[in-house]
Amino acid sequence: MGGARPLAPWRWLGVPLVQCLVLTVLFSLPFRAFGLSLPEPIFPMVPAFAWAVIRPSILAPVGVLIMGLFLDVFWGAPLGLWALSLLITYGAALVGRNMMAGQSWPVMWSWYAVTSGLAMGAAFLFTMLDSHATASLVAVAWQFLVTLLLFPFAHLLIDRFEDADVRFR
Amino acid sequence: MALRENPFGELRVPLAWTAGVALIVAIVVAVVLLMSDRRETFQSEAYGASRQMGDAISAPVTGFFATPGRWVGDGVNSIRGYFFAVSENTQLKAELREAQEWKIAALALRDTNDRYKALLGLKTDPPIPMVAARTVSEARGPFSNTRLANAGREKGVITGNPVMSENGLVGRVIGVTNGASRILLLTDIASRTPVMVDRTNARAILAGDGGPNPRLEYLRGQDPVKQGDRLVTSGDGGVLPRGLPVGVAVKGLDGRWRAVLASDAAPVDFVRILLFQDFSQLATAAAAELNKMPVPPPASSPPTVGVTAAAPATAAAAPALRPAVATPATGAARPAAAATAPRAPAPRASPARAPAPKAATPRPAPAPTPAPAAPPPSEVPF
Repeated sequence: MGGARPLAPWRWLGVPLVQCLVLTVLFSLPFRAFGLSLPEPIFPMVPAFAWAVIRPSILAPVGVLIMGLFLDVFWGAPLGLWALSLLITYGAALVGRNMMAGQSWPVMWSWYAVTSGLAMGAAFLFTMLDSHATASLVAVAWQFLVTLLLFPFAHLLIDRFEDADVRFR
Repeated sequence: MALRENPFGELRVPLAWTAGVALIVAIVVAVVLLMSDRRETFQSEAYGASRQMGDAISAPVTGFFATPGRWVGDGVNSIRGYFFAVSENTQLKAELREAQEWKIAALALRDTNDRYKALLGLKTDPPIPMVAARTVSEARGPFSNTRLANAGREKGVITGNPVMSENGLVGRVIGVTNGASRILLLTDIASRTPVMVDRTNARAILAGDGGPNPRLEYLRGQDPVKQGDRLVTSGDGGVLPRGLPVGVAVKGLDGRWRAVLASDAAPVDFVRILLFQDFSQLATAAAAELNKMPVPPPASSPPTVGVTAAAPATAAAAPALRPAVATPATGAARPAAAATAPRAPAPRASPARAPAPKAATPRPAPAPTPAPAAPPPSEVPF
């Protein structure tokens, strides 16, 4: 009986992690059509938020750290920039998860926007300190908006795994 | 194994606390990594083994995934070319007519330029070797603007090499491994490029901010730049060679001068990595080129062409000079020297006026009096 078994970590942590990394690779391809490039959303923001909402876990921060380091290496960003920013998202969602419990879809989207905004703000600040320059606010806003559009995937992840483990019912 | 048989099944761990501890540990790791990162420096070791390994793996993987996209792009271009062939042909004919006029003007200017170079004894930079590569991935975000090119250490690429597309400067290499190079784009927030306004020679620093149009900072002087002024690299600091096209100056909505990058005119798929290190490399190349030239005859004073009157050559040196001048050098300087010679107000014995009797001649006999063996300015081939 499948429902009585505990949820294996690879199902709610491993698979989304790999999916995010693959999508990041695909969206980094230098494809340009009609003068426009592909957008660059931060896919790992989805599991970083959803994992904290689903349940506290020891493995989840490690997964977030791995995703962040992958982004840093793959995008050529300062090593640790996205790792730290995503961990801030995870931490904020973890702190506020009691308030998020049972909230409606739009409210959860707002929470997602707030935690993503914290991560982007942190990345903006760290970059400013590291490079002694201010990043273009338009470019930051554009990436933030594109990342916000990924909330349905976070909602899907939460819906699927929030009540999937018998030990947490 | 059933849940109740699990020895840890009854263990009650305060998950929120353990997750919090794990989170703090992960944050500490991330902070340490961030504080120790030095990605934008010119030190190749600062790039780190982890990044090098990441790039070495990413380049073939993204290259594989990019291939279908490239096929699609080529197919779309072929279809567009088929349907727009007539209008494109008309446009190309018009451009060709215009280009013919420019060609004539360019030839005249080149001739004049060669003569000026010969007159001044000007040493221009020798050509810089370059490596072609294809970009296989790119980061377009506000905090990192980089590209990965599929040419690396095995082709002689080193950290700091400038990278160009067919339209202009793209950025510089910040990390190299076998088979891959990481290019820091001009738009990256860590990018600082010394540029100058082509019209006024006013210097500025092109500073990226993650957006498509980097800022022009530290502009000095009165009205140093105007809308539409062409920007090129200044070569200041020796990081980049002088004169690489960068873009066009525009006034941004925030009132700051910015650059519309020349490399943005077309997709940056193929790039050229200039194997340029610093100006000492150019000096070395120039010296190597000089060494290939025939040994100039010793003379009591260096011969000059036109600018200042040269001292009359000695009777022994004059015949020895003739073959040296006639020995083939590079093509650009020789016709210039010949063209300049009749106008030179130097004495008759001046070697610059000597006609070229043969293409290949033996080395001149050593002169009786040793003198500094400086080549005639008109014969410097660069």
